[in-house]
Amino acid sequence: GIPIRTTLDNSTTVQYAGLLHQLTMKARSTVRDVDPQNDLTFLRIRSKKHEIMVAPDKEYLLIVIQNPCE
Amino acid sequence: HSEFVYQAILLSFIGHPEIFPLVFTTKTQEIFNCRVDEDVTEENCFKLIKKEDIIQDLKTRATVSDFHPIKKVVLEYPGEELLVVFDAKFQYGQNFYFVASEEAKENLLEEKGEKGEENREETLEVHPYKPPVHKPWVSLGSEKEVEEESVKDTVTKIKYMISRVRRKFGAPVTFTDKNASHVKDSYVECTSYQDKTFSIKMLEKDVGIQMVPKVREASTQTKWTYPKNAATQYFPRQLSNEEKGESLSSEKLKEFLTSVHLRMEIALQQNEIMNAFFDDWKALAEDESSSGGKPDVYLKACQSFTDLRYLKDRTMSCICWHPTIYGIIAVSARERLSHEEQVNLSDKSLLQQSVILFWSFFDPIHPQLMLECPGDIYCFQFSPSDPNIIAGGCINGQVVLWDISQHEEKLQNAKPVADEIEITAVNMVNASILNILHTEPPLVRYCAVSSIQYSHNKPVTDIHWLPDYFEDNQTGATFENRAEICVQLVTCSPDCSVLFWDIPATKLPEQPSFEKVREKEICYMPLDVPDTSKHLDLCWKPLIKINLCESDTNTDYGPVRISLRELHYHYKTSGKVQSLNTLEVPTKESPYTDMSTSSGKNLKVLENISTDFFVGTEDGEIVYSDWKTEIGSDSAKPVSQEHTQKYTIHTETVNTLQRSPFFKDVVLSIGGRNFAIWKEGVTNGPILQSSCSAGRYTAGQWSLTRPGVFFIGRDDGNIDIWDLLKKTHEPSHFQSISESMITFISPWIASSKQHFLAVSDDLGVLRVLEICQTLSHPSRNEHANVLDYFEREVKYLKYREQEFQ
Repeated sequence: GIPIRTTLDNSTTVQYAGLLHQLTMKARSTVRDVDPQNDLTFLRIRSKKHEIMVAPDKEYLLIVIQNPCE
Repeated sequence: HSEFVYQAILLSFIGHPEIFPLVFTTKTQEIFNCRVDEDVTEENCFKLIKKEDIIQDLKTRATVSDFHPIKKVVLEYPGEELLVVFDAKFQYGQNFYFVASEEAKENLLEEKGEKGEENREETLEVHPYKPPVHKPWVSLGSEKEVEEESVKDTVTKIKYMISRVRRKFGAPVTFTDKNASHVKDSYVECTSYQDKTFSIKMLEKDVGIQMVPKVREASTQTKWTYPKNAATQYFPRQLSNEEKGESLSSEKLKEFLTSVHLRMEIALQQNEIMNAFFDDWKALAEDESSSGGKPDVYLKACQSFTDLRYLKDRTMSCICWHPTIYGIIAVSARERLSHEEQVNLSDKSLLQQSVILFWSFFDPIHPQLMLECPGDIYCFQFSPSDPNIIAGGCINGQVVLWDISQHEEKLQNAKPVADEIEITAVNMVNASILNILHTEPPLVRYCAVSSIQYSHNKPVTDIHWLPDYFEDNQTGATFENRAEICVQLVTCSPDCSVLFWDIPATKLPEQPSFEKVREKEICYMPLDVPDTSKHLDLCWKPLIKINLCESDTNTDYGPVRISLRELHYHYKTSGKVQSLNTLEVPTKESPYTDMSTSSGKNLKVLENISTDFFVGTEDGEIVYSDWKTEIGSDSAKPVSQEHTQKYTIHTETVNTLQRSPFFKDVVLSIGGRNFAIWKEGVTNGPILQSSCSAGRYTAGQWSLTRPGVFFIGRDDGNIDIWDLLKKTHEPSHFQSISESMITFISPWIASSKQHFLAVSDDLGVLRVLEICQTLSHPSRNEHANVLDYFEREVKYLKYREQEFQ
């Protein structure tokens, strides 16, 4: 995807946009394969260092990267 | 009559050759008495007529006689009586027939007789049995056939008689095998041969043929080069600014954001509420390891160092671990003085040379290095930026500097004693000599001593290096320190003053001292001493002097210990030190040469460095003050300020005043029979104060790894381990370390597994103990818990103050 608005630096943004777009597509197709009437509403990826939250839509994608509480 | 003949012939052909049908006239009948229905009836149809009669009749009547046709037969008839049968039924064609043969006659008669007998059953007439009469056999030609068929011996049979002796019968028989082919002619074989008569040559044969294509397998391997991407270079597509602006303001984006923002908020809130990264499993393990099983010995004795020559009758005043080299610990010793002697120090003359000894873990017997001191050293510290610079405070109030950069390598390569012995084991003769040579540790002379005039009047009891990110100048303002080297010292002494010192020394890296001879310096320094602070020698003046006295009440404080807020610094690793020491540096001026006492020209003034400090005094008071001078003060010498607080908690001199390594505003003070924990900013009093204990507390330190643990040494040689999270009214554990009074404690982290505690006592013995795991590893959330505890105490204090006001 092409980033429209970001708070991170350019290279990171572009990387996240490209990778997460594909992942969201894959996740959505998985959900719909299992049940065609279902759809992906939210995607959360937790890793050791951050949590990445993706809210997909027909055309846009909102990505939030958060550090854990502590 | 010819009819009769014919009929007779016919009858003979039919099968009854002896039956001749006759016609009897009545005359004949009368003659022979065979009248129909009178003599001969149907039932009684037989009539025997004599042959003679017939012949007579014949003669008399010749051709008229009825017997004429059968005249011949009659004549030939052997018997005497002839049978004539009345044929009522005309069976044979006529009314009477003549039976020609005796046999038939008898048969018929018998028949008739039987019938007659049957008819006359009642009558007992028995026919007499007539035995069959032999008749001569009449050959009819069958004997030839019989003859042919019968078997007759053509040859007379030969008779053989074979006999054998009787005893040979029934004897046991032995059979043997014999190959038939060995004996000639023992067998006859009939070999097969090809009989030509039976071989037929086939000239034509019908055969079916199937055509199959010839198949052959073959394979080859070819090198198929197919293009594969080795590397791709691309750049991401991006929208231009206008496009971005356009899409940002589009309606679709707004709708999207409104629809999505709620979900995102929920997720963020969830994260806020709960920490998603919390590893329960790991936390469980940590709990178990800390709570399971108390170790028997909290402080395990690891090593102990003592030296008989230099440390005889001496007590240790200060212990310092070498910041970078593992296993090197430095100890300063001083005379054991009673209290009065300590007060009247000026009278005391020092007989024995005092030294600072460097010990290595690998060699507990021989000290590695010795630093020569002009007098007894009460305290010393390694410089944090360069561990080769050591500053110490002397008994006569001077501040001494050493530089051990020449011996740094030796310290780093301190080998275990075993290796040395192995090397020298070859030569036993020289071993003793070598050992003797090894026993003398190199003596390093101090390279700078402050001027006696401007130093303290009383022993310097505490010395600290100031951290490297700020420095003061003479006016007392703090400035940024660009060089990141610690260049300033603060000392305090019971003569009621706190002095700040500067080190504007020319430290030239790694250049042997003899090269410096060409410098135009007048003072002569011995060759083995690096001329680091050459020009400071004996003319080193302090930068700032602070007199601790209350301006209104005119009471002085004799500070024994000082603790500055910004005293936290980390020791730089030797890597950085090495980089400082490379020869590339001299291309630009060494940083030390830039410094002068008034070097604060273009440096930034740091406002947010706190200049407050705690001071522990001789009389057991804790004073909290700050050294920043106010601008526009008239007096030439900067004086202490108005906002000082004083607390009298301890009964005797404060011997320890230390900030917690975890909380910058928490201070531990130990003196006399109790200790107290203070928090900066809390003016009511200490947040924790211990009760008076039986013995005196003589030394103490916070633990470096656990926020709520500190060690306190007593005068009976025990160490109390206090854990604020377990018990606050008594130590959680105590351990006896030595017999005499503990004079100094110093914890150290050598590695993640090895935590040491160096304890020195009054007898001059340095003991290094290993801290067990439970004491060295903080439990989960210990930091937070201790912080919590402190805050609770603060609140309690406030509450109490309010209550009692």
